[in-house]
Amino acid sequence: MSAHQQPVSAFWWLHQWSYLLFVLRELSSVFVAWFVVYLLMLVSAVSAGQGPYEDFLAWSGQGWVLVLNVVALAFVLLHAVTWFALAPRAIVVPRVPPWVVLVAHYLAWAVLSAGVVWVVLR
Amino acid sequence: MTAFHNIVVVGGGGAGLRAATAIAEANPLLSVAIVSKVYPMRSHTVSAEGGAAAVIADDDSLDEHAYDTVSGGDWLVEQDAVEAFVREAPTELLRLEHQGCPWSRQPDGRIAVRAFGGMKKKRTWFAADKTGFHLLHTLFQTALSYQDIVRYDEWFVTKLLEDEGGVHGVVAVELATGRIETIIANAVIVCTGGCGRVFPFTTNANIKTGDGMALAHRAGAPLKDMEFVQYHPTGLPFTGILITEATRAEGGWLLNKDGYRYLQDYDLGRPTAEPVLRSMELGPRDRLSQAFMHEHAKGRTIETPYGPIVHLDLRHLGAHVIDTKLPFVRELCSKYQNIDPVKELIPVRPVVHYMMGGIHTDIDGATPVGGLYAAGEVACVSINGANRLGSNSLPELLVFGARAGKAAAEYVRELKTGPRSAVYAQGRDEERRLRHELGKRTEGTERIADIRTEMQTTMEEGAGIYRDGDSLDKAAVKLHELRERFDRAAIDDHSSEFNTELIALLELDFMLDIAQSIVACAGRRTESRGAHQRTDFPKRDDEHFLAHSLVHHSGRVEYLPVTITRWPPGERVYGR
Amino acid sequence: MKNTPKTITMQVTRFRPGEDEAPVVQSYEVPLRKEWAVLDGLNHIKDHLDGTLSYRWSCRMGICGSCGMTVNGKPQLSCATFLTDYAPGPVRVEPLRNFPVIRDLVVDISDFMEKLPKVKPWLIHDGEPPEGEFLQTPREMDEYKKYSMCINCMLCYSACPVYALEPEFLGPAAIALGQRYNLDSRDDGAEDRRDVLASAAGVWACTFVGECSTACPKGVDPAGAIQRYKLTAAVSALKDYLLPRGARR
Ligand SMILES: Cc1cc2nc3c(=O)[nH]c(=O)nc-3n(C[C@H](O)[C@H](O)[C@H](O)COP(=O)(O)OP(=O)(O)OC[C@H]3O[C@@H](n4cnc5c(N)ncnc54)[C@H](O)[C@@H]3O)c2cc1C
Ligand code: SF4
Ligand code: FES
Repeated sequence: MSAHQQPVSAFWWLHQWSYLLFVLRELSSVFVAWFVVYLLMLVSAVSAGQGPYEDFLAWSGQGWVLVLNVVALAFVLLHAVTWFALAPRAIVVPRVPPWVVLVAHYLAWAVLSAGVVWVVLR
Repeated sequence: MTAFHNIVVVGGGGAGLRAATAIAEANPLLSVAIVSKVYPMRSHTVSAEGGAAAVIADDDSLDEHAYDTVSGGDWLVEQDAVEAFVREAPTELLRLEHQGCPWSRQPDGRIAVRAFGGMKKKRTWFAADKTGFHLLHTLFQTALSYQDIVRYDEWFVTKLLEDEGGVHGVVAVELATGRIETIIANAVIVCTGGCGRVFPFTTNANIKTGDGMALAHRAGAPLKDMEFVQYHPTGLPFTGILITEATRAEGGWLLNKDGYRYLQDYDLGRPTAEPVLRSMELGPRDRLSQAFMHEHAKGRTIETPYGPIVHLDLRHLGAHVIDTKLPFVRELCSKYQNIDPVKELIPVRPVVHYMMGGIHTDIDGATPVGGLYAAGEVACVSINGANRLGSNSLPELLVFGARAGKAAAEYVRELKTGPRSAVYAQGRDEERRLRHELGKRTEGTERIADIRTEMQTTMEEGAGIYRDGDSLDKAAVKLHELRERFDRAAIDDHSSEFNTELIALLELDFMLDIAQSIVACAGRRTESRGAHQRTDFPKRDDEHFLAHSLVHHSGRVEYLPVTITRWPPGERVYGR
Repeated sequence: MKNTPKTITMQVTRFRPGEDEAPVVQSYEVPLRKEWAVLDGLNHIKDHLDGTLSYRWSCRMGICGSCGMTVNGKPQLSCATFLTDYAPGPVRVEPLRNFPVIRDLVVDISDFMEKLPKVKPWLIHDGEPPEGEFLQTPREMDEYKKYSMCINCMLCYSACPVYALEPEFLGPAAIALGQRYNLDSRDDGAEDRRDVLASAAGVWACTFVGECSTACPKGVDPAGAIQRYKLTAAVSALKDYLLPRGARR
């Protein structure tokens, strides 16, 4: 049987918003990896003492590093929002309507973020 | 190409799947194959909506189910078969429950039952209003766990190999490639379903073209009671989509153009707000469809571009009942008719639904031809007689599918000899014929769609809800002419891969055979009984016709007396 | 309206193996009637204009799952999609995406048919079934009911970019059907299904695009089934890690 294999168009991911988001999420792995590397660099700088730590801060303040980190943050947020969106479908609690699960996630997020802000700005 | 199996089951619907699993359980060493022209889960059983009858409620009894079935069938029923049927139906439905079928439940977790037309007790099990869908998918998914059952999915059987009074296999075409294969088997079970497509307006799917009836007929098995064609009183106009009887069991009303519950004028009882079993809207299908014709004659139906209609009123049931018990009805109405039954009336008209007749079998699904068995709608045991009760067909598939499977397994166990070489030669001849069909049908003058349409209108006009000698004679002449024109029919498609036009041609060939059998039997039966209503012979005539008609391929019709065990013929009483 | 019969153009993708190197588009004029589904248009073509057009259909009531096609770029049941919704046209009709095309609008779904048995979509019950029915309350049934509604129409596979890129992926419907039995109160087979469902080609291949659930004509919500199983799989993996053998489940 000589079935025809339907080719996938090179721009298939532009055909639908959900497909674009999917590709962006796949792409985001690079930026998540970057965050890990960045964190390791931070840890090594801290362990090396005051001087290297300050150098690291200065380096981080450069325009391109800032831009990179902002972009990476955006991708991580995309991930978080995606997970939150699917949470009500993954976590099915008897007698609890799905929206409660969703709201609980955002609430937990807000509380944790507030905690972090408190620690940083204290 | 040749393949070998002990038993070939033709058809993967409810009956075919049940037969195959019964064989695998009876004797795991046998090689079983299911050959089906569509993937099994696409078989027409999937469309059944309302439910499956079997005695389970405390206030019910096997005798009552048997009596309802016998009287519903206007006594043209094999009573020993009915007794076996009502006895085994509960076991079969429980078996499905144990396999995961999501039968609707009572609040305490036990099986729920609903009322159904012609049944004196509530005994119809249901899975909302997708009973056939759940039943078929449960059977199919369970069958996947039997790794030894071989499936030929999307293979079309064109011939049964018959030699010395026995059947020895089939010839089939693989749709995807056009490959033709001879499949040798010691026994064949035909489970190909009904033939509603012989008529223009039907609830039946495109695949219901009576193939198995014609195949068995050509192999020498007589067809039984072919004149009994069931019209369901409530189909949607244009599409013919079924609005299940469960709508009326839940309390729906049939209204004529004046908003009047017209069934009260036809000896079906008095209208009440709550549904009463075996009364009014819960009368049997033949009587309800006939009442529609009378309303039409009195000018009390509503004209539409798709013929006259009456209304089915569910509005008083409310959204809750409709959404829990009849969700599919709401979906079908809104998707296909753009109507919301919670707020609006549903237009309905009678529509060809079910074939009571079929391949003549005994109580174990055996036909008079050695090694040939049949079960399901294609067969006629007969438990349905002159009129099937709604929800008796699904349990019939299971009970008689299983019986045929076991009987076939037993038959091949005792078989000593294999097929003669003549059988292989037949397979080669059939292959040659099919190649010839593909090749020669280039310069014909007729289109198959035209012949099909004319056959369908002929059947509607000549052998519809009401028939008479004259209309049937005319139909017979017309069918003869169509048979001749069929020989001159051309097809556009001469390729081998997924050639659906070739399949349509072969199906039309089968349907023309079936149509002729229906008309021949209807012409001979000069009485009115159940779904067979002759305006020239309006009375039931037990003296001459308490007998099954058997039509042979030669055209000869003979009569076989009905087996009566405990219920002598009586009057069919509904609503009083 | 009577004297100017309305028509609509259907642009149908044709592929005749052995004849066409690649699919070609062929246009047909068909009557535009308010009750006509896309499938009725195709039947008109087949019966009156061109008998060589091939496609699958049977029930024409949205329950057999045969008639999936790509209509104006979206996977649809052609028997449940109306021509008038695309007026004035043209309507583009293509085969379902992500499957090899056998002929015209007929695609090869044998990949799914091979994957389906792998999730063991049948009831696995330890020990003998009861004499009568298993008791199951309506609430227990609601747990799995929607996953049991799958008609195997393949629209979800056609909508899924993961399946397009990773043909190994079990796919939405197969996973939903595995979950259908896992969540059934009568079933004890979750453990037997775990290796397949929790594999890399199982739920973990899915990155929650969600298009399967959008495409599904029967409200099955395969995306939900997958996400839910991810949690189940993660929790049981964790249990395997932390708990001694006897205390699992
Ligand atoms: C809309 C509708 C609703 C219904 N509702 C109910 C109900 O609520 N309760 C009830 O009891 N009954 C109901 N019925 C009746 C019942 O559904 C059918 O009688 C029953 O499903 C028939 O099953 P079957 O197994 O005999 O055949 P089918 O399910 O029709 O299967 C036939 C099989 O044969 C195969 N086949 C046919 N020809 C060939 C060939 N030439 N080569 C290879 N394979 C072939 C097909 O592929 C298919 O697999 C309903 C019927 C309809 C139409
Ligand atoms: S999950 Fe929905 S879209 Fe996918 S095959 Fe099943 S019914 Fe079709
Ligand atoms: S024809 Fe059966 S789903 Fe469309």
